[in-house]
Amino acid sequence: MKIYDVAIIGGGVIGTAIARELSRYRLAVVLFEKEAELAFGVSKSNSGIIHPGTQHPSGSLKGRLCVKGNKLTKKLARELYIDFKEVGELIVAFDEDERRRLLDIKSDGDALGVPGLRMVDKKWLRKNEPNLSDKAIAALYAPTAGIISPYRWVYDFAENAAANGVEIRTGVKVTAIKKTPAGFDITASTGKFGARYVINAAGLYADDVSGMVGLNDFRIKPRKGEEFLLDKKRGHITRHLIFPLPSKTSKGILVTRTSDGNPMIGPTAEEIDDKEDLSTTREGLRKVMEGAKRLVPSVSENDIIAYFAGLRPVAGDDFIIRHEPGVPGFVNVAGIQSPGLTAAPAIALEVAEILRKNGLALKKKIVFHKHRKREEHLFAIPLKKTARLIKKDAGYGDIVCRCEMVSAREVREAIARGARTMDGIKFRTRAQAGRCHGSFCTTRLMKILSEEALIPLAGVTKRGCCSQIVRGDRSDA
Amino acid sequence: MRKRDLIVIGGGPAGMAAAIAARESGVRDILLLERDQHLGGILNQCIHTGFGLEYFKEILTGPEYADRFIRKIRNISDIEISLRSFAVRLENDRRITYLKPGGLHEVRAKALIMATGCREKTREMVHIPGTRPAGIFSAGLAQKLVNIEGLLPGREVVIVGSGDIGLIMARRFTLEGAKVKAIVEIESRTRGLVRNVVQCVEDFDIPIYFNHRISEICGKDRVEKVVVEKAPDAAGSGQPPEVFDIACDTVLLSVGLIPENELIEMAGVEIDRRTNSPVSREVNKTSVPGIFVCGNSFKVYDYVDSVTADSELAGRQAAEYLRDTRW
Repeated sequence: MKIYDVAIIGGGVIGTAIARELSRYRLAVVLFEKEAELAFGVSKSNSGIIHPGTQHPSGSLKGRLCVKGNKLTKKLARELYIDFKEVGELIVAFDEDERRRLLDIKSDGDALGVPGLRMVDKKWLRKNEPNLSDKAIAALYAPTAGIISPYRWVYDFAENAAANGVEIRTGVKVTAIKKTPAGFDITASTGKFGARYVINAAGLYADDVSGMVGLNDFRIKPRKGEEFLLDKKRGHITRHLIFPLPSKTSKGILVTRTSDGNPMIGPTAEEIDDKEDLSTTREGLRKVMEGAKRLVPSVSENDIIAYFAGLRPVAGDDFIIRHEPGVPGFVNVAGIQSPGLTAAPAIALEVAEILRKNGLALKKKIVFHKHRKREEHLFAIPLKKTARLIKKDAGYGDIVCRCEMVSAREVREAIARGARTMDGIKFRTRAQAGRCHGSFCTTRLMKILSEEALIPLAGVTKRGCCSQIVRGDRSDA
Repeated sequence: MRKRDLIVIGGGPAGMAAAIAARESGVRDILLLERDQHLGGILNQCIHTGFGLEYFKEILTGPEYADRFIRKIRNISDIEISLRSFAVRLENDRRITYLKPGGLHEVRAKALIMATGCREKTREMVHIPGTRPAGIFSAGLAQKLVNIEGLLPGREVVIVGSGDIGLIMARRFTLEGAKVKAIVEIESRTRGLVRNVVQCVEDFDIPIYFNHRISEICGKDRVEKVVVEKAPDAAGSGQPPEVFDIACDTVLLSVGLIPENELIEMAGVEIDRRTNSPVSREVNKTSVPGIFVCGNSFKVYDYVDSVTADSELAGRQAAEYLRDTRW
């Protein structure tokens, strides 16, 4: 049985950010993810917003780690070569009462050290956000808000962690954890492992994993959010991320855009019981359209090209990040809902410090590769650069996905970097993510995946397990 | 930058007919760009018959119909055919940038004919709620999987919408041994051709539910069922909608086609946001002189024969434009 210093359970943004942080040190680290690929749980449905740190009480973990995480994200994005766009956000007021509430939010933000917060008036809004509703009278402007691709962020953390020696094991479900004098015995779907420390970053299932060592003091309540993506053609409808005033449970229906350039409207916020309920609803669409049109009246239902639902793993009002003294060596990182993506790098530092305080020696490796090998995305670079790439590798000139301009070379590289499913290819490259939704490129992508990953064509899946794209060869019928 | 008299984008039936007609009207320098590795476009996957009745007075399959034009165009030395060539940018001065394995090319056209075809409306465009499992296909993708790749997309199929590709795939699936459990059409009558309703649906006893819609797609990894309800207009106000489930592993969407005009939209050609067709007073013409659009990218046609006829006209229009403009 292989024994690790640290086992991380969960391959979302929290687990992989922790893995990348720990990969600086001379430790044997393993990460287990139950799904076929990383980021297939909570992280894949994230809005991709890097929040500035407003809208959290100044004494909260959320507030402190969000402000710190915002700064760290910018630094790490440069190290890992991921596209981070600091577009700024506007929280919009529609009447005098709301304007006063914005001042409260500003003073909370100032107290947390959120940089550059300022009130802007109607004239400023008209000039800098022309499609915003003319009913808006003022806004709080937070210049440090930004956008990032949530799944590519996860893949980049994991890839860099792996380059620095962390073992990433996907498709491995942890089913039991037993405390032993030396640490933990972990039973997983593929065998048994030992670890001195266990970090529970299991997202929606963090309560179940915590329960495996007898700790049942929190429950994860899913809070569903439905999001709707609009055609890139409408990418110009907003310049900033646009927020209404927040309610108690959510930041409201927003008009934002993804780092890849699609406007996005949503999310709803609905408490549910089923941790697997990822369905969208007519009611969700209605609510989102109503909320989005209030902010930006020109948003149209006809521009919707995709929608999805995600579940926020909620465990009370704040994050749970703690060493469990009753089970020495067990660290819970649970209830990481919004602003978890922003806070992830700060949470990773926090967890490393918790491990150190609880007896794990953190000795720096002599060689730590802080950079990742950069990959190119044709949709994100000027045509001149595309021309140079094609000269070097003809595969960049072989366009597979016409809507998003993704080349065969990019698809092959995504597979070389770990994609094993159609969704994995989509999240890494954007192939199938455009307006035709894969109608034109699915067969070609299946063939490339089949060739490169040695999967029979009929065995290619959407997202692992039982999600085969087809039901066999014609001769099987 | 190299200049060409006429560039045709798209090597399906529209692009081939336009290029041939332009040549026959006197244009001597023509470049045709096709993104696929074959000419013929979507006809290549339409292995059923019914093509050519008008134009050739014969009954042909899609590949046979395409082949007549492929043979002809291949023998015209003034038409240069560039395969695997993907146009990525178009400026309103008719400068085109296209990618090919091995190179990025820029070329300027005196006249341009866009024959980029159309795409299918997706489940997302008609806002069908529910989950997002494997097993949801546009009818055209399912057609390609079966006819070109030899794969069987599903075994128990519900078809949403009664467009022609959906009707044809109802028969195709049945012949492949799959069970087509229903066609669900929100309107009170079919959107497809009568001959397809008779030959592909009625002859195989496939139930069609008119005035019904899918209110939810269910299933975690793979489609498990759809929930069907009476369309709100048909249910009458105040009446609760009749709701029933159909178990299935596959949902095909055949809810309409949209002209593909994103390239000319980038170039500033006026586009009707509702139909995605170019704003136009005359067939094949656009708001920018010298940029023509023909075939299904101009408007969605019922028959390929009409596509051919109107695209030949586009070739003649481009030739006339080249003749009448001072260069």
